[in-house]
Amino acid sequence: MSNVTHIEAFVRREALAALPPPPGRDAALWKTLFSSVGNAAATLLIGGVLLAAIPQLMSWAVVHGVWNGDGDACRDAGACWAFLRAKYPMILFGIYPSAERWRPILVIAVILALTLWTLPRSHWTRTTVGLWIAGTLAVLVLMGGGIFGLTPVPTSAWGGLPITLLLTVLSVGLGFPFAVMLALGRQSTMPVPRYLSIGLIEITRGLPLLSILFIASILLPLMLPEGFTIDKLARALAALTVFSAAYIAEVLRGGLQGVPTGQGEAARALGLSWFQMTRLIILPQAIRKVIPPLTSTVVVVVKNTSLVLVVGLFDLLSSGRAALVDPLWPAPYTETYIMIAATYFVICFGISRYALRLERTMPNGSST
Amino acid sequence: MIASRARRLVHFTGLVFTACLISHAARAEQGTLAAVKERGYVTCGASQGTVGFGVPDDQGNWQGLDVDTCRAVAAAVFGDKDKARFVPLSGQQRLTALQTGEVDILPRTTTWTLQRDANGINFTTPNFYDYTAFMVRKDTGVTEAHEMKGASVCVQTGSTTEVIFADVSRALDLDLRPVIFDSVQATRQAFFAGRCDALITDASALASVRASQTTSPDDYIIFPANDEIAALSPAVRHGDDQWFDIVKWSFQALIMAEQLGITQSNVEMMLKSRDPNILRFLGVDKGNGKALGLDEAWASNIIRQLGNYAEIYDRNVGNGSPLKIERGPNKLQRDGGLMLPLPFN
Repeated sequence: MSNVTHIEAFVRREALAALPPPPGRDAALWKTLFSSVGNAAATLLIGGVLLAAIPQLMSWAVVHGVWNGDGDACRDAGACWAFLRAKYPMILFGIYPSAERWRPILVIAVILALTLWTLPRSHWTRTTVGLWIAGTLAVLVLMGGGIFGLTPVPTSAWGGLPITLLLTVLSVGLGFPFAVMLALGRQSTMPVPRYLSIGLIEITRGLPLLSILFIASILLPLMLPEGFTIDKLARALAALTVFSAAYIAEVLRGGLQGVPTGQGEAARALGLSWFQMTRLIILPQAIRKVIPPLTSTVVVVVKNTSLVLVVGLFDLLSSGRAALVDPLWPAPYTETYIMIAATYFVICFGISRYALRLERTMPNGSST
Repeated sequence: MIASRARRLVHFTGLVFTACLISHAARAEQGTLAAVKERGYVTCGASQGTVGFGVPDDQGNWQGLDVDTCRAVAAAVFGDKDKARFVPLSGQQRLTALQTGEVDILPRTTTWTLQRDANGINFTTPNFYDYTAFMVRKDTGVTEAHEMKGASVCVQTGSTTEVIFADVSRALDLDLRPVIFDSVQATRQAFFAGRCDALITDASALASVRASQTTSPDDYIIFPANDEIAALSPAVRHGDDQWFDIVKWSFQALIMAEQLGITQSNVEMMLKSRDPNILRFLGVDKGNGKALGLDEAWASNIIRQLGNYAEIYDRNVGNGSPLKIERGPNKLQRDGGLMLPLPFN
């Protein structure tokens, strides 16, 4: 009885006055910028700094920018865009023989086409996986040559954007099955696979990628018998693969934990074996759940590939830096790094926008 | 207990390295020359872009003094300077790559030092003599190393420069402060961004930095850090004397040709010379090729395809190049330099 009166004390008898509506997304900009004295001051200060910087930037990039001509034209001038005009093949394709440059161009086109093909969810089929495998093999043949009358090009001459894209595609592609095993191993009730998986994942995640690359490229060859050398690109790829596998495995673990236990139990009740259950019931649901975070992992991998610079591979970044040493030009670092950054940005921004769209449109929950 | 375990670990590591060395020796019996011939090309270590010594041009072809040193070996072995492939290596990687057989020769601006020489590699004839130098802004008024007390200096890690830097600082009691970077570019950029008072590296590299990366080269001054000269030498692995000889004499052929006055343009005429030294050099009088296990025309092939040392120097780092580095210590011994041609008989 006393309980009821106690609660009644909290019951409101009449309606509250309506709150003002929250500012819409397209509310007048000036209202949010100048809504209070503090906001107005901050707006003026930041805006002023930006406005002061713009003339400087324009003068450097446009007014005094050099669009045509050679290295001498760039001396004592603003931005040297002419350098990028002259050197973009070197930056994009590294030291790949110039007569064969159609091959890396085709490689970029193939990878781009495959990526675009994979975007709509209706294309997530076994055929697409097959297409990727076939496409990757074709790309490797195209780069390396040696058959179908293509001039052989050793991996030490591969370079530029194709290396960046290839390392990304291959380290994710090869790392994924590996990651599935690690993630399942970590969930396992058997001690050996569980501790092996935990050990591998945690050690890899605990080490900086740089040190893994150094181990793969400097320590590993010393431990192998003399005369038995593994290709430098393959060693860097192995390091990147192990690294991305460990990260993907952790993402997948999240997905596996999100699949209701009832799903597995129901599968077992229907008489499916462990493999059938995992392959047909658990993994499809788990992977589906984690596709958006997986896409973000790919963004990280794209950027990680630039670290292969330290092991003497000419990826996009190190090709740009090699182009910069030409003594006929006044080494326009800023312009070159802007171009490289823009290339990375286009790739990474594209992937992350796609991930955002997936997050919005993916059916949540356990529907398959 | 822990100590004994640690000792066991050390022993184990030692065993692994011994095993590496044994397999090392086992491979030497095959012979690098035979392996190279079977493969069809010589593999050389290259830099990640050092102007004048090894850098890919716009077409992706490697150019430079070190590159031509490697091509000379290709010309000697195959009679074709283009049968050479280049593996770009970072500073930390280069010695390992040579020791493990990833490359056959390492002509990559590598200074000849005792520690390197004793640890698994052999240096051949130096192909460039360099010295370590400081570059500072002229308006600092500093013109000699001992005036640099307390200065901050941009240094690249993993290079002999780092050691020389520490030695100079201690020997002259300068109390220099190092600002360390991993890559050449980062080191240079930091200097021009004003992060340090001076830049220390090889004089040759400083010449190219000054030529290309400053808008006003006259605002900078370069002076030696000490009076030591570094011998940049192509290196080969321990354990294959024949290959060691071939690499050594392929370079010797370049300076001997300069001594004898044989150039790319007159080499055909020289075949009819009456000078026995020239005839022996060009392989008209036989014997030298056989001794090295090469074709008798090996030396004439080198000169026909690449020219002599003076020509190679000029087009890569000398007056025919943007670097315009004085011959200085790289003159022939008879002209007052350190390049000493050895007799071809």
